[in-house]
Amino acid sequence: MRYRYFPGCTLKGQAKNMENTTMAAASALGIELVELEEWQCCGAVYPLYEDELISLLSPVRTLAAAEGEPLVSLCAACHHVLKRAQELMQRNEEARDKVTDYLEIEYKGEGRVLHFLEVLRDDLGFDKLAEMIKKPLEGKKVAAYYGCLLLRPSKVMQFDDPENPTIMEDFIKALGAEVVKSPYRTECCGAYLSVTEEGVARDTVAKILQSARNAGAEALITACPLCRYNLENCAADDGKEPVQVYYFSELLAEALGLQYKQLMAEAKERRRVASDSK
Amino acid sequence: MTASNEGSRLIDEMKAQSGQDPADCYQCAKCSAACPVTAAMDLLPHQVIRYLQMGLEEELSNSKTPWICASCFTCAARCPRDLDLARMMEGVRLTVLRKREGNKFGPADLTPEQLEKLPQQALVSGFRKYNK
Ligand code: SF4
Ligand code: SF4
Ligand code: SF4
Repeated sequence: MRYRYFPGCTLKGQAKNMENTTMAAASALGIELVELEEWQCCGAVYPLYEDELISLLSPVRTLAAAEGEPLVSLCAACHHVLKRAQELMQRNEEARDKVTDYLEIEYKGEGRVLHFLEVLRDDLGFDKLAEMIKKPLEGKKVAAYYGCLLLRPSKVMQFDDPENPTIMEDFIKALGAEVVKSPYRTECCGAYLSVTEEGVARDTVAKILQSARNAGAEALITACPLCRYNLENCAADDGKEPVQVYYFSELLAEALGLQYKQLMAEAKERRRVASDSK
Repeated sequence: MTASNEGSRLIDEMKAQSGQDPADCYQCAKCSAACPVTAAMDLLPHQVIRYLQMGLEEELSNSKTPWICASCFTCAARCPRDLDLARMMEGVRLTVLRKREGNKFGPADLTPEQLEKLPQQALVSGFRKYNK
């Protein structure tokens, strides 16, 4: 199984861990993720007015660079932007002509645009994944936190049922962990409000964490670096044992028995050697 | 207060650029019930639409609500009229930002500690939402 891979800026920075663990897991699962040779930040937010064409240049260039092969990303925000930009290119001919003329490329909205969780569900299959698990996370009580960007708007994202999704729970089950369902799993974490209105994000995060804890979760998984940041940094310290927040891929690597901490140290060492020899 | 919908550039642009017509809203307020951040808003989401229906552009430009909206798309997921309120909020933000003097937020507003810890995604999306 071969895919083109769009990392996005956060996965080369604060969310390096999501990339490292996914790469290690993918190779153990026989999934080849080939990073695009040249890429730029997707812009992080999809332009909601259709004349904001400048914001589409980068995602459309990325979509075209996949050359018709399925394009995979890991960050919920990147996937959201790419998927919606693709839908606009399919639907709005005028916007498409302007953007592709400017970029001097041919692109008509073709190719599959996938989040890595969709690859696991639809292409590999969770049954198959469960068979490949080496160290099932037995007894670990894990809640899914979907957030917004993977699910909504569901007509475009087509990721799962926006009100009652199951993909992350099925993923947790495949890892051998115990699924905990919390009612706030599809609520917004406050997104970039943590930058400008931190108090608002503290309120949303408190509800999400409380709801997960009340449901009995000891850990929570996300596919979004900003969700993770908010859940960790806007959480109130109430003296109780905090709910641990993980990228979905960290638990995946653990359940596959991969020594990803060691892998990460090795990757860091390689980067150090590479930059020393420049 | 200027309560006239006629010739409102905001509304005309909104219809063209977001495909949303505020007139389609029947004010059931399901969007406001769904919104996770109403506590910090001065107008509830359905009231923003009511103001749009009435053409109260200036009042909307001075409201906090569009800047509190996190574009989480929950309102749109629940609206029985299939309206995308997140796009309309964006329209109100853009009318302010496109005047060019209205930038709400820049790098100078960040503390060194925030710059150290925030994921790149937060910075890019924050600048995109609050700046032109
Ligand atoms: S930061 Fe969100 S608002 Fe939290 S984006 Fe991640 S999916 Fe939702
Ligand atoms: S849910 Fe839809 S119809 Fe009801 S008030 Fe909100 S925008 Fe209007
Ligand atoms: S998109 Fe904005 S208005 Fe709608 S529910 Fe989310 S925060 Fe509230």
